[in-house]
Order: sequence, then structure tokens, then C-alpha cells
Amino acid sequence: MAHSAAESAGHPSVHASPAVAYEAAKLGIWAFLATEVLLFGGLFTTYIVFRLKFPEMFHRDYLHLDRVLGAANTVVLIASSLTVALAIASIRKGEQRLLKLFLSLTIFLAGVFLVIKYFEWTEKFAHGLFPGTDIFFSLYFMMTGLHGLHVAGGIAVLGAMLFLAGRGRFSESYNTPVEISGLYWHFVDLVWIYLFPLFYLIG
Amino acid sequence: MTNAFAGGAAASPSAWQIDAVFLFIACVSLFFFLLVEGLLIYFAIRYRRRKASEDAALSDVRSNTLLEIVWVLVPSLAVLAFFTYGYVVFRDVTAPQPGASDVNVTAGQFLYEFKYADGRTAVNELRVPIGPPVKLIMTSRDVIHGFFIPEYRIKQDILPGQYTYLYFQPDREGTFDIFCTQYCGVGHSNMRAKLIVMSPDAYSTWKAEAEGAKAALPLFEKGKELLERFGCLGCHSVDGSVKVGPTFKGLFGRMVLLEAGGEAKADEEYIRESIVDPGAKVVKGFPNAMPTFKGSVSDDDMAAIVAFLKTQK
Amino acid sequence: MALPENGRSRGYLAARGFRSWALTLDHKRIGALYLYTTLFFFLLGGIFGLLIRIKLMYPGQAIFSNQTYNVLFTLHGSMMIFLFIIPGIPSGLGNFFIPLLIGARDVAFPRLNLASYWIFVAGILVILGSLIRPMDTGWTFYTPYSAKTGANIALLSFGIFLVGMSSILTGLNFIVTVHKLRAPGMTWHRMPLFIWGMYATSIIQVLATPVVGITFLLLAMERVFGIGFFDPAKGGDPLLFQHFFWFYSHPVVYVMILPAMGVISEVIPVFSRKPIFGYKAIAYSSLAIAFIGFLVWGHHMFVSGMSKTASIIFSFLTFFVAVPTSVKVFNWIATMYKGSITFESPMLYALTFISLFIIGGLTGMFLGALATDVHVHDTYFIVAHFHYTMMGGTVMGLLAGLHYWWPKMTGRMLSEKTARWGWLLTFIGFNLTFLVQFYLGFKGMPRRWAEYPPQYQTLNIVSTVGSWILAGGILVMFSNFIRGLFRGDPAPANPWKGLTLEWQTSSPPPEENFGTVPVVTDWPYGYVKRKPAGDG
Repeated sequence: MAHSAAESAGHPSVHASPAVAYEAAKLGIWAFLATEVLLFGGLFTTYIVFRLKFPEMFHRDYLHLDRVLGAANTVVLIASSLTVALAIASIRKGEQRLLKLFLSLTIFLAGVFLVIKYFEWTEKFAHGLFPGTDIFFSLYFMMTGLHGLHVAGGIAVLGAMLFLAGRGRFSESYNTPVEISGLYWHFVDLVWIYLFPLFYLIG
Repeated sequence: MTNAFAGGAAASPSAWQIDAVFLFIACVSLFFFLLVEGLLIYFAIRYRRRKASEDAALSDVRSNTLLEIVWVLVPSLAVLAFFTYGYVVFRDVTAPQPGASDVNVTAGQFLYEFKYADGRTAVNELRVPIGPPVKLIMTSRDVIHGFFIPEYRIKQDILPGQYTYLYFQPDREGTFDIFCTQYCGVGHSNMRAKLIVMSPDAYSTWKAEAEGAKAALPLFEKGKELLERFGCLGCHSVDGSVKVGPTFKGLFGRMVLLEAGGEAKADEEYIRESIVDPGAKVVKGFPNAMPTFKGSVSDDDMAAIVAFLKTQK
Repeated sequence: MALPENGRSRGYLAARGFRSWALTLDHKRIGALYLYTTLFFFLLGGIFGLLIRIKLMYPGQAIFSNQTYNVLFTLHGSMMIFLFIIPGIPSGLGNFFIPLLIGARDVAFPRLNLASYWIFVAGILVILGSLIRPMDTGWTFYTPYSAKTGANIALLSFGIFLVGMSSILTGLNFIVTVHKLRAPGMTWHRMPLFIWGMYATSIIQVLATPVVGITFLLLAMERVFGIGFFDPAKGGDPLLFQHFFWFYSHPVVYVMILPAMGVISEVIPVFSRKPIFGYKAIAYSSLAIAFIGFLVWGHHMFVSGMSKTASIIFSFLTFFVAVPTSVKVFNWIATMYKGSITFESPMLYALTFISLFIIGGLTGMFLGALATDVHVHDTYFIVAHFHYTMMGGTVMGLLAGLHYWWPKMTGRMLSEKTARWGWLLTFIGFNLTFLVQFYLGFKGMPRRWAEYPPQYQTLNIVSTVGSWILAGGILVMFSNFIRGLFRGDPAPANPWKGLTLEWQTSSPPPEENFGTVPVVTDWPYGYVKRKPAGDG
């Protein structure tokens, strides 16, 4: 009896009710974001340590970075945060088409971010600036690289959401995956909001 | 020194101070140890179930606030005492000592090089006179090493790219072990040196004789002394046994198989190259672990070393 | 495989075949997979340990080369730490028993749970793959040695990164499970203490593991791209690596010990038939240990060249881990007071845990105090100390848990007689192996030495002989496990008359754990109420 209902979902639900399942998912994503904060926290700590140790190097090297491209990328990511928020708002109202539209837009903006990043990195390589060049560029490539990986991961997650949205899995009453994916995406944007001034603005 | 318990003997003021902390913590810990183990065993015997029917305990006590407070407070006070005593002695032992004579220490895989203020150098052998405190100014040329004198109870890691310091006061004549305590590679356990504490008279005699004696030695004798001084014999035996590196016995003039393939004749040039650029022709079956001695082995030294190797048939 | 008894349900073990295990979403099966995997590495790591001890019977070059020795102690340490002791109790017993003890159907995210296991396996495969050029760095991977050595450290780092990721996801899953899936009526203060221990553990896993993840990532990048955060030649700082490494690796010591303390807190009251003494003190001391554990990593670095001020602060903070720890020990002892104690194998291991762990804890006092740490740091004193906490503590806790929960996990009883023999040999062998090492360390023998001066030989021989007795004990114990798995007597639902929820379902439990959702009305330690009528 219990089995037939369970098998439709693939595995019997472990939660007492959909409301509990939603709370569990929210708690889970926040715990996950806490680990992400500590993952990047290690790099931010490294940044602080070496910035205090080598202020001249940081000043000299930051001049090599392209502030225009960095600023453009900041705008792109902030826009994508907006579109993903709009996607969540849409599905809460049951707007399936708007959900798909805004998810697609978010993925597109994430792609733009990576393309701009690609040109920035290529230009650095062309000028002989590599991860092993000095501590500043080690930090620059490590931090933007790890962030870039998270953007790529975000594209995969949002792509999965778009795929599921296409199959009509989400509704006004059930949109937890979209919401937690959105939280993850906001986190990725937030990291960039810190990276941009640290590398491009303060010399 | 070969006495089984000599490694534990205290040999400087720092050692006595640190041993006192050991004793203090040991006594307090022993009290807690006996208390806990004693109660454990006593309760286990006293309250063992005697009849199968005694399926429930005699008491339903679930907590006791007073007891809880006691066993938070008592250990807290004990650890505060441990901290304070440990800190005070640590401060004294590591404090800069006025009037200390400087000795520079450069550690490398797998030896210590000591440089005295007057320009003399020695490998794996630190000679100091009784009395005045010594300040070691230490750095490493490759990876992290440790500097540990068990009989003095002191230890300090040696880092590449920065200096660390160690103070000690020798107040007893004798020879003491210096061990590397930070894992540094294949020769880590052979990275040992000696601290030789001499009477002031013996020290000044040694200081005066050090240069003169060396010149008077036959060349191969000088070579042997150099091999000892540079710590070569820590990794290379002269009796045919295999250590970190190949043995010196029967080496000179032999053809050796190389790790990179091919073979080479162990002639003067090969010996020289192996000393200044050890990685160039590594003998098959051995790790490329030897540091370069470029700059520290002079041409004269080289000749003496080769002369010695020729005697090792 | 065991055949089903007449009319007896095989519970969650009913389904057969590779897919029923490899793709299972059942926390019990995933827990069992973790146990099999981690116990395998316990035995493998143990063999490496035995080889190390055999080499150390002789002061000079003997048996095998120094380089082989260096690889062996690195493998022994890394496998025991990363593949056995960190995931052992949390992922093995934790997965199996957290849902059962809180009356839940499964963990909060079953798919994530399965993914964690396979990420763990992937990490293991990558680590094994890196052994083509075997690591020789010690399990601490200190730079710059680890950045320079010929071993395949980059691949190894990636493997450890994956194992860490698995650990994070498991911890995350448990946190949500404990928050959201407790049975109706199970308030926080009615939770079994094993759950409190696991909850504190999970918090550490979630918050500390990412830092070691990024550390190993940086180490790998140093080797692949030549970034120089830890390389003094490029302006980097090798001590930064040590800070990062211990920021994880000290808290992770509590990932090892807190679950074991949780197991002990379950076993002692059951076999004393007595309510646990000071429930709240034990529960909150777990959280206190987890919290203080984050502030004390610097005590691994008193002689590293770190500033003296930092050393003093870390020494001070370190001592405050001792307080919640001693609170637990006193509470366990007080639980036995006026109990009605029996000494089946789980209780023997639990009492062994207390008596050995106290030695580990008290010798830790010498390491927390600055003056004494300077002498014994990086000597065999350290080796003895952490084997007393990790093997005398965690492993004894795991063994207590395995013997305690074996009937529940497999539906079969272990032979009590064999279990006692295994315990006796393990106890004697362990003490013989490691007690002498305290003295060896005090006398100055550094750890990680392939050769040593002859004055240390006598004690080393004693230690090696001890290791053989210890190995004998482990062999007897595992023969009992294997026999119990196939031929043990059928286990009743509640062989030890425990009050926690896992004993209220059949042995082994059905796939859905409980026929009806249990409703909790009291804490699980009210033994006196169960006093048989007519007694006294």
C-alpha cells in the first residue's frame, strides 16, 4: 500500500510532510553554503596574509588587470542574480513559461561571464602572466579559477533545472529545487562581489 | 652515552627546569589517573550483577549539580596550573640570553653545517665551551628540519627562507646527541649531529689547533676527516653495507650502473661531479637524495677525498 | 551469504545482488558498505603498521630500505586517518544508526548519501592510483618537502579532496536528519547521546573539511602550476600550510573521538542498567569540544617557528578542551555507581575505552603545556599519545559499537567467548606496544625514524612484540565477525535490553526501519522504571 505511492517518487519519502521536506532542503543548502564559505575562506585568508606581506607586489600587479572587463563581468553577474530571483518569483506564481525564460537568461549570462573571463585569462597568458608568475597572480588565477569552476557548476545546476522545468516538474506548490539552486547561484555571485574589488579596485 | 638511560639524563639548566614541569604534571595526572581507574575498577567489582534476576539498578540518580560543578572546577584549576607553569618555564627557556655567542646553523638534506663567528665551519659537530650561553641562528637550504638536543630538552624547527633561533647554556662537559625531528626525506633518521661541550681550556686548545692540525695530516687522512665532517658517512658506508647512498668500499675505479641507464667509471671526474652536482649521474637503485656541496668543498678538499676513496679497496 | 531461517525475516538484507547494494538508497546498507570499506583499510593499515614495527626491531638498515619504510609509515598514517578512522564511526555506524536511534525512515537525503559513498570510493581509487609513485611525506604532507618529493602528490591531493567532499556531504546529511527527522515526541533532550555526539561531529565535518580541501588543492596547484603560497623561494610561507592543515586536522581529531564517546554513552548505561549520569553535561560537552576544537590547532606548532605569543595563546586554549572531556569521563564513571553491571564484550570495550582514553588524555597535558611539549614534540611520546587517543579511544569505541550493534546489523549474535579472547589479546598487545613508546619518546627518539641509535633498541623490541599480540587479538576478533556473519545464532530484537529505539524493531531491521512511526514519551535511559515486578 505504502509502496505504490513510494515507488512513483523512486524512493519512499523520508519526510513527514512536503513542508518538512522543504525545510530540510533549505537547511541542507545553507549548511552546504557554509562549507563553501570556508572553502573560499581559506583563499581569502591567504589573500590577506600575502597582501600584508607584499603590499608593493599587489600594487604593481593589480595594474595589469583589466578593470573594464572586470566591471563588465560584475554587471553581468548582478544581472544574472536578478534573473534567477525572477525565475523563482515566476514559478511561485505558477508561471511556467517565465520560469523557463528567466532560467535560460541566467544560464546565458553565466556563459557571457565565462567567455569574458576566458578572454581576460588568454590576454594574461599572452603577456606571460601565469599562475606561477608570482604570489599575486597565483592568488588571482586560483581565486578566479575556483570561482569560475563554481560558475560552470552553476550552469550545470541551472541547466538541470531548465530541463526539469521543461518536463513540467515545478509548480506553485513544489519549487524547492529551483529555490535552492537560486540560493547557490546568489552565493556564486556574492563571491565575485568580493573578488572584484580585492583584485581590480584596491591596489 | 651508550647507557640505555642516558638519553633521559638532564644536562643543562633548561633541562632541570623542564623536568620539573614534567614531574609536576606527572604527579597531578597520576592522581587523576589513579582516581579514575580506581573508581572504574571499584564500581565494576562492587556493583557487578550477582544474580541474573537483578535486572535493574539500585539507584535512579540522574545528575548531581554539586558534583558536576566540582568536576568542572577541579580539572579547570589543574589545567590552569599546567598552563601557567608550562608557560613560565617556556618563557625562560626560550628567552634571549644576554652575552650569548652566536653560531649559525644551516640545515640541509641530511646534515647540519655550523658556522662560528670567526669563520670556522664544521659539519654535524658543534663544539662549545662550558659556561657562556649559545645562540643558534638557524635556517634551512631545502625543506623543514628539526634541531633537537634530548639531554637539553630543547627543540626548534629549522625553516627554509627564514631564521629560527635556539638558546642553550652548556654547563656539563660531554658529548650530546643532536637529532633532526622534522621528517625531511630518505636520510631523515641519519641526520644526526653531536654537541661537544668542552672545558674552556680544552676549547681554546682545540680552537688553536684546529687549523694547524689539518695541514699536517696525510692527504687521505684529511680526506677521511672531511667525509666525517661533511656528514658523508651518514649515508655512505665504508664497510660495504648499503645505506641511503652507495658504499665507498671498492668504489673508486669501478664501473657503476646509472639510474638513467648506461654506466660510468667512478674516476676523479665522476667523484667531483657527484659532489657538486649529485643529481647528474645517480647510481642505479638509489634515490636522488644527496644535496650539492658546490662551494663548500674546495679543490684541495676534493683531492683529499679522492685520495681517501682510493684507499677504500 | 546467510540463508534465511525458517520464517525469520532477513529484514533490510532481503534483496540480493550487486545492484541491490551498489544502488541502494537504504541508509543501513550504505552504512554497512562504509563499514566493510573502512574495516578493510583498518586491516590493510594495520599490516603496514606491523611492517613498520618489524623494521624497528633493528637499529640500522634491516629488512627493507629506508625509503620503503618512509612509504610504509605514510601509507599507515594516511589510510588509518583518511580511510578508516575519520569515516569509520561517523559514516559507518552513523549512517546505520542515526535514523534508527531517532525513529526515522532514512537520512534526510538518501540519494546524496549514496553519492557520498561513491565519491568516497572514487577518492580511494584516486589515492590508490597515486601509489604508482608512492607518497613518502608522512600523513601531514608538510611543505616544502611535499612540494618537492618525487611522489605523485598532486593526484594524491585530489583523492583526499574527494574523500573530504564525501565527508562534508555525509555531515551535512546528518545535520539535516537530526534537525528534521526526529520521531514525534523526541525533543532535543530526549535524543540518545550517540546522536548528540554525531551532531557535534557533523558540524565539525561541515566547517573544517573545506579548509583541508582548499589546502590540498593549493598543494596540488603548487606542484602542477608552480604557484608558490607555501614555497619560500617564491615568497610563500611553509608555516601557512601547517596552519591550514591543522585548522582542519585538529578539529578532525574530534570527528574521530566524539562519535566514539557517543557509543560509550550508549553502552555504559545499558550494561549498568542505570540512567546515564549527567545527560545534559555529556550532551553539551560534545558541542563544547567541537567548538573549542576549532581554536586550538596551533598546539601542533609550538616548535615550528610560529610566534611565541601565538604559542602561549594556543597553549592556554588547548587546556580547555580537557575540561569537557573530563566531565564526560566522570559522568560515565558516575553512571556505574550503584548500577547492576554485567560485562559482555560491548561493555568490556567501553570500559577499555575509558581506561585507555584517560591515559591518552592525561599524556595530552604534557603536550598542551609549552615547556614539556618542546621536549617531546615529534618524538615517540606523540606517537604513543595519539595511539592511546585514537586506537585506545576511537577504535575501542568503534569495537564497543560493533559488538553492541552487531546483532542489530546482521541479525546474528557473535560468539561471546571468542569476543572476550579477542578483547584480552587486543588489550594486552595494545598496551605493550604503545606504553613503552611514551618512555622511548621521553628519552628522545624522534618519530618517523627508519634507523636509530642502539640505546633505543630494547624498548623497540618490546613494542614490536606487543604489536604481534595486538595483531593476534584483531585476528581473533575478525574471525569472530566473519563467523558471526555466516553462522552466528539468530539475534533477538533486543539482546541487551536497551531502551533506545533501534532495539524496538526487529533484528535485522526491516527496510523501512519501523512498522509504525514510533512516538517518544521519555528519554532512553530510564532503566529503573523497568525494574521487574516483585523484585526486592
